[in-house]
Amino acid sequence: MAPATRAYDAIIVGGGHNGLVNGAYLAKAGLQVLIVERRHLVGGAAITEELRPGFQFTSFSYALSLLRPDIVQDLELVKHGFMPILMPSSFAPMENGDYLLLGQDRDENIKEITRHSSHDADAMDRYEYDVERVCQVVKPLLDKVPPNVFGKSPQDLAETADLLKHLGGVDQKVLHDLVRLITGSAADFLDDYFESDILKGYIASSGIIGTKVGPMSQGSGLVLLYHSLGEHDGHFGAWSFHKGGNGGFTQVLARAAQAYGAEIMLNAPVASVITRNGAAVGVALEDGTELTAPTVVSALDPRRTFTQLVEPRELPSELVENIDRLRFQGTSAKVNFALDGAPRYPALGDSTDQYYGFVNIGPTMEYLERAFDDAKYGWYSKRPYIDCAIQSFVDPDMAPPGKHVMSCFVQYAPYHLKGSDWDTERDRFADTVQATLESFFPGFGDLVLQREVQTPLDIERTVGLTEGNIFAGEFFAPQMYFFRPAPGWSQYRTPIDGYYQCGSGTHPGGCVMGAPGKLASQQILRDLRTRVGQAD
Amino acid sequence: MIKTTPFHERLDQLNTTKRWGHWSGYLSALKYQMSPKQEYFAIRNSAGFFDTSPLYKFRITGRDSERLLAGVMTRDIRTCRPGRAQYTVWCDDRGFVLEDGVLFRHSATDFLLTAAEPNLGYLSDLVGRLDVTIDDVTDHYGMLAVQGPRSREILAKVAPGIEGLRYFEHTDTKIGSAAVTVSRTGYTGDLGYEVRVPRDDAIGVLDAVIEAGQSHGLRPFGEEALLMSRIEAGLVLINVEFSSSRLAYTDHDRITPKELGFGWMLKGIDDDTRPFIGRQALRRELAEKTSRWATVGLVLDWLDYDRVYNRAGLVPPKDETPLDYESMLYDDVGERVGYATSLMYSPVLQQHIAMARVRPDLASAGTRVNLELTINHHYETVAAAVTKLPFFNPPRKTA
Repeated sequence: MAPATRAYDAIIVGGGHNGLVNGAYLAKAGLQVLIVERRHLVGGAAITEELRPGFQFTSFSYALSLLRPDIVQDLELVKHGFMPILMPSSFAPMENGDYLLLGQDRDENIKEITRHSSHDADAMDRYEYDVERVCQVVKPLLDKVPPNVFGKSPQDLAETADLLKHLGGVDQKVLHDLVRLITGSAADFLDDYFESDILKGYIASSGIIGTKVGPMSQGSGLVLLYHSLGEHDGHFGAWSFHKGGNGGFTQVLARAAQAYGAEIMLNAPVASVITRNGAAVGVALEDGTELTAPTVVSALDPRRTFTQLVEPRELPSELVENIDRLRFQGTSAKVNFALDGAPRYPALGDSTDQYYGFVNIGPTMEYLERAFDDAKYGWYSKRPYIDCAIQSFVDPDMAPPGKHVMSCFVQYAPYHLKGSDWDTERDRFADTVQATLESFFPGFGDLVLQREVQTPLDIERTVGLTEGNIFAGEFFAPQMYFFRPAPGWSQYRTPIDGYYQCGSGTHPGGCVMGAPGKLASQQILRDLRTRVGQAD
Repeated sequence: MIKTTPFHERLDQLNTTKRWGHWSGYLSALKYQMSPKQEYFAIRNSAGFFDTSPLYKFRITGRDSERLLAGVMTRDIRTCRPGRAQYTVWCDDRGFVLEDGVLFRHSATDFLLTAAEPNLGYLSDLVGRLDVTIDDVTDHYGMLAVQGPRSREILAKVAPGIEGLRYFEHTDTKIGSAAVTVSRTGYTGDLGYEVRVPRDDAIGVLDAVIEAGQSHGLRPFGEEALLMSRIEAGLVLINVEFSSSRLAYTDHDRITPKELGFGWMLKGIDDDTRPFIGRQALRRELAEKTSRWATVGLVLDWLDYDRVYNRAGLVPPKDETPLDYESMLYDDVGERVGYATSLMYSPVLQQHIAMARVRPDLASAGTRVNLELTINHHYETVAAAVTKLPFFNPPRKTA
């Protein structure tokens, strides 16, 4: 990719998906954009690498759901190869050898649920309906810069009034459900609908992803809600697998950004943002190169944005304090496998159709909660929650014919281990994961050709996410919406003129959503227009 | 009594839904498992196979067969050399489309025509004193479409010599001991092939293809997935985009090749060495510019679509199942300017697309029209832009 040769209007620090989205929007608006990336490839945590000939590993992020549909259209991603492939089923093995297998057909799903509980046969429709109603309320907030509810400018007052009007129009039950989800536990919410352990375990698993909570912890409801908000192909909560993995997706974003004229500079770690008289004027690379631009955008997490790229003493101390106390506490890991063949689930014989979607190892809420218990006291789970995706079934280009790649998202793996460290425990941890898989898929270990382990420490080292938190700041009510990443600084600006933030640490948050990158670009362009207006 | 195709015994085992449609008197799978969208993705992303045996097949042989076909078919079969095939329509003498089909040329005097409807009587009546024999050989063969980016790799494992086939070429080869004809044709708009196999060898050939497709993501697909891919491919379907003029009660239900988007078939229409049925009417239509319609693609404005549904308090539906009714089109002052014949949400394009008929003056790409939808039991319109067909045209289709 081309080295920086021009004068730039905007420099984006970090080529993760939000940096790419932000750069693409700014370039589309006519700005001369440079995206600088520390590593040898763009994508941040959304990368795919061939770690073994013919085997494509999605080392970190591994599926799509929450990506905002307007980004696909605005940036013409289809033209650049955007191809999200349906994941048609969800397979949840049970410890007694039985399973729950849900697919695309409502009637079949009802029959499958009835196998586990007649009571729950009509519960799924009611649950999905109620959650969808809540999603209808939340969804418009994902596509807007949060209002500054503390501001007194006419625009602030108008935007706050708009928010109150939006919430004021919401049905009483829906608003109550919204608050119960935002503040309560996934377990409490699910207990209202379901009695079946496997069904509750399967659904509650979405309430713990990436977050140091168990399904019975207050706050897991928020994580559950967040993971229901995706609207892939118009279906709330639907997930897909991008052709070539999420690295395939970020390559599409890079092509789109470049097509609008953005330049991408690889192997270019940024040491700091250069400021002059309280305004950003460019960035200094670690090798001493200085690049200038009147707008600098950090796609890194808030800790790096506010305390590493700039001198925190230049910032209001209240902001620095809030950033210092921001909860990261990464708790997820990845263990990815190259397999010699398909795992075998005894109850399903030689069938492999169950592997086209996620395989959810989280058979009961108690299983999940006990896995969390280990993490509470500073250790990884003895029987972890595992979200598996054998992506080579969905996309045969991911592995040689007959072979497979299997991505395993694992919880809990707390960043801070009590009495040891991840460099010491890495292999023992992966053995624990493999042993858990072996207990559900006898013979699994014999299929393993290669294993890739990414502990929270590795995620931090490789991707740069503080404490390995996959959302660049935990999902937690006081860290969301107009508090994300800090009160008063949720509108993508920073106290330094011309210095902006666009990473997952800003509203609406993590997952491969792209909304922070998009909304930040809107704010930047609005500010630029105002600046030009003032100059006139 | 409904018939079954030569592949049925195996397909019946594969069809976990046990749902079958009826197609030309044969059982035909609508889908093989409960997610036709998964079958659709096999076509676009790996490979799928579809039993296309119910298509009518007519063998046309004899010294004068080229002369007969040159006089009946709208495209000029004389330009088609042996080993190639032509997609063509044929018209009545008023220049209205009777039907469409693919004409395979095996030699100077040996052709095979596939068609959606029985045509033996019509074609035979045109033979007169020519030296032509026409047989309905529909039941003699099984036809298996193998479609998708991996189709070449899969078929090449079992059918030597097909790697080099170019778009709309065909070759005789063998799969196992069975003599087959493999053509690079299909109805999905993707890289794909069709295998014609004598009835008694059909199961063996299917098993060989399935075996070769293992670990390449090959899946059977049914009519529902086929219909999704054919709309993205911009391929018209009889009784949806057009009906046969022969059975139409009014000219509203008739359409000319030009109106159906097949102006490109009329290139040699001024060649006096080839009189064919409908030629004079078609020439008049072109000269006097009397076409009533143009067949175009429509892409719905997704923002407007979402806005209309959100305003109504609904979740905007994005269903890949094609709607099987006509949606009216209006201009901005509310005058009716056409109608959509097939509407669906395209997973590959991430947009709602429609095949439509508009007034010829509105046919240029980018023209805005308003498409009517029923929302909360009211008519609403959504903005749409005219676009060229096909919607989806990957380089691999013809590469």
